[in-house]
Amino acid sequence: MDILGSFNYWVVIILMMIGFYIIIANNNLVKKIIGINIFQTSIFIMFISMGKVMDGTAPILNNLNTLYSSPLPHVLILTAIVVGISTTALALAIIIRIHAAFGTIEDDEIQQEIK
Amino acid sequence: MIISQLPALQVILPLVAAPLCVIFHHRELAWLLTLLVSLISFCFSCMLLNQVLVGDAITYAMGGWVAPWGIEYYIDKLAAYMLLIINGIAFLVLLGAREIVESEIASDRIYLFYTAFLLNLTGLLGVITTGDAFNLFVFIEIASLSSYAMISLGRDKRSLYAAFKYLIFGTVGASFILISVGLLYAVTGTLNIADLSQQLTNAENTSTITTAFVFFIVGIGIKAAIFPLHLWLPDAYTYSPSIVSTFLAGTTTKVFIYVLIRFIYSLYGYEFSFFAESFHYLLMFTASGAIFFGSYLAIKQDSLKRILAYSSIAQIGYMVLGIALITELGLMASLVHIFNHAFIKVGLFLAVTAIIYFYDTDSLKKLMGIAKQTPFIFALFIISGLSLIGAPLTSGFISKWYLIKASIEADYWIFVSIIVISSVMTIIYIGRIIETTYFKPADKQTATFDVDKRRPYLLFLSLVVISFINIYFGVETSLNVDMASQIANELISK
Repeated sequence: MDILGSFNYWVVIILMMIGFYIIIANNNLVKKIIGINIFQTSIFIMFISMGKVMDGTAPILNNLNTLYSSPLPHVLILTAIVVGISTTALALAIIIRIHAAFGTIEDDEIQQEIK
Repeated sequence: MIISQLPALQVILPLVAAPLCVIFHHRELAWLLTLLVSLISFCFSCMLLNQVLVGDAITYAMGGWVAPWGIEYYIDKLAAYMLLIINGIAFLVLLGAREIVESEIASDRIYLFYTAFLLNLTGLLGVITTGDAFNLFVFIEIASLSSYAMISLGRDKRSLYAAFKYLIFGTVGASFILISVGLLYAVTGTLNIADLSQQLTNAENTSTITTAFVFFIVGIGIKAAIFPLHLWLPDAYTYSPSIVSTFLAGTTTKVFIYVLIRFIYSLYGYEFSFFAESFHYLLMFTASGAIFFGSYLAIKQDSLKRILAYSSIAQIGYMVLGIALITELGLMASLVHIFNHAFIKVGLFLAVTAIIYFYDTDSLKKLMGIAKQTPFIFALFIISGLSLIGAPLTSGFISKWYLIKASIEADYWIFVSIIVISSVMTIIYIGRIIETTYFKPADKQTATFDVDKRRPYLLFLSLVVISFINIYFGVETSLNVDMASQIANELISK
């Protein structure tokens, strides 16, 4: 197994699991959002790693280079980052209103109050 | 001229109208504009359906960039059928929305509600029309983000927590779909769904493709609230404003079931999806689980909206069951049920909306013996309720008939008994509502009818229309059943 060769993908998996663990296990709503951000970032790294071609350069047409990296994943990830930021912004806005309504942002305390 | 631009107009019209609502900053104008947009959009979807029925599927290159490089909008019979359902429901829900929204949402936020509603409609229509896998993800997120915002507008503070829970679940689900799209891109180097399916048949059956498939199924399972990934749904439907629960119950989950069908049949292809023997057993297991679990929990609830929410989970189980049978008839039954259930659930939720409007509660304990005060609403509730149970001469009967026929044809007699048992369970929970509201005497707890409230005549109108649809499609089925069988035939033979 070429572990170092797929270094990026190991990072992706480790980050993804860290993010997922935070979403599930953490009690604080803001920290859950941080978990989601880490989770999404790992996906972004996966996309960008896929686009890289060994020894390829940026896709600018000139006479010096013939081998280019794929630019499409970068474009996709720009869109996905925008989506991620909107999600974070909306989540934080909801958390502010949860704090105003319940007086806490701890998951278990909110659940206790709901019951 | 305008005919050739119809696929793009489906998405662009509500998208442009959404910021207009913010600019107008006026609640009546926002409602009128939203209603108008949904009406025009409905007419467009009828024209599209007409076009698709006589000719081939329509492809539309966004901005003139030809597929597979550009983003392609692709409308075949299945997409046109779904567009008709979503637009029809959006119009009928909006028609009765004005008074309800004014009584349930703070008046300075009403125009924002309609903005979110239009964005949600944009997302749902976009998911249906797009032929590009990444574009699909973006539209899924547009639809989801606006629905989180709409749910959080509820009067009950628990709506905030429900919206947050849905946001966490939904984002994880969407991220899974994104991973799946990424892995598919890694294998094939394309994002166009038609091109992807062609490349996949040539590609070797590597573990990357299988991984992408699994990520997709889990992601869409969360979004479509397929048992056991449904945990966000009951709270989201219960605590959100009634109009929002009505619209979400009629559209969101159905659109995601559509995406499931689209990926299984148009993208991965029938052979790949069901080649692994265990996959349809998994779907069968989740479907049966959803049907039992949803119906059982619906019986135990006290809040009307919560009863209907759990019933939705059970009904999603029926749709998945049809797909899991892997026969043409099964797929057709599933498509017919998507159509019928959309109108049944919207009818039930609209009736509950009217009850909440007049009595300010949806708790069964407080609604004992009130049916005599509002016989009209309850009569229409019973029509949709009978349709949900599957009584003959209602549309629900037609879906169950075809589901049972498909189960027998595929030699799964066990599903016949599951469907019959769950119909009995449906009789119990709908019957409990009818018994409480009609036959139990009112007591001290019973809520009082609010006489001062303006009568929502348009809501009554849309309730009548939906009840009529529920009966009409139980008698005359040529539109939805014929369409569904053509679609199923097309998808299976491809």
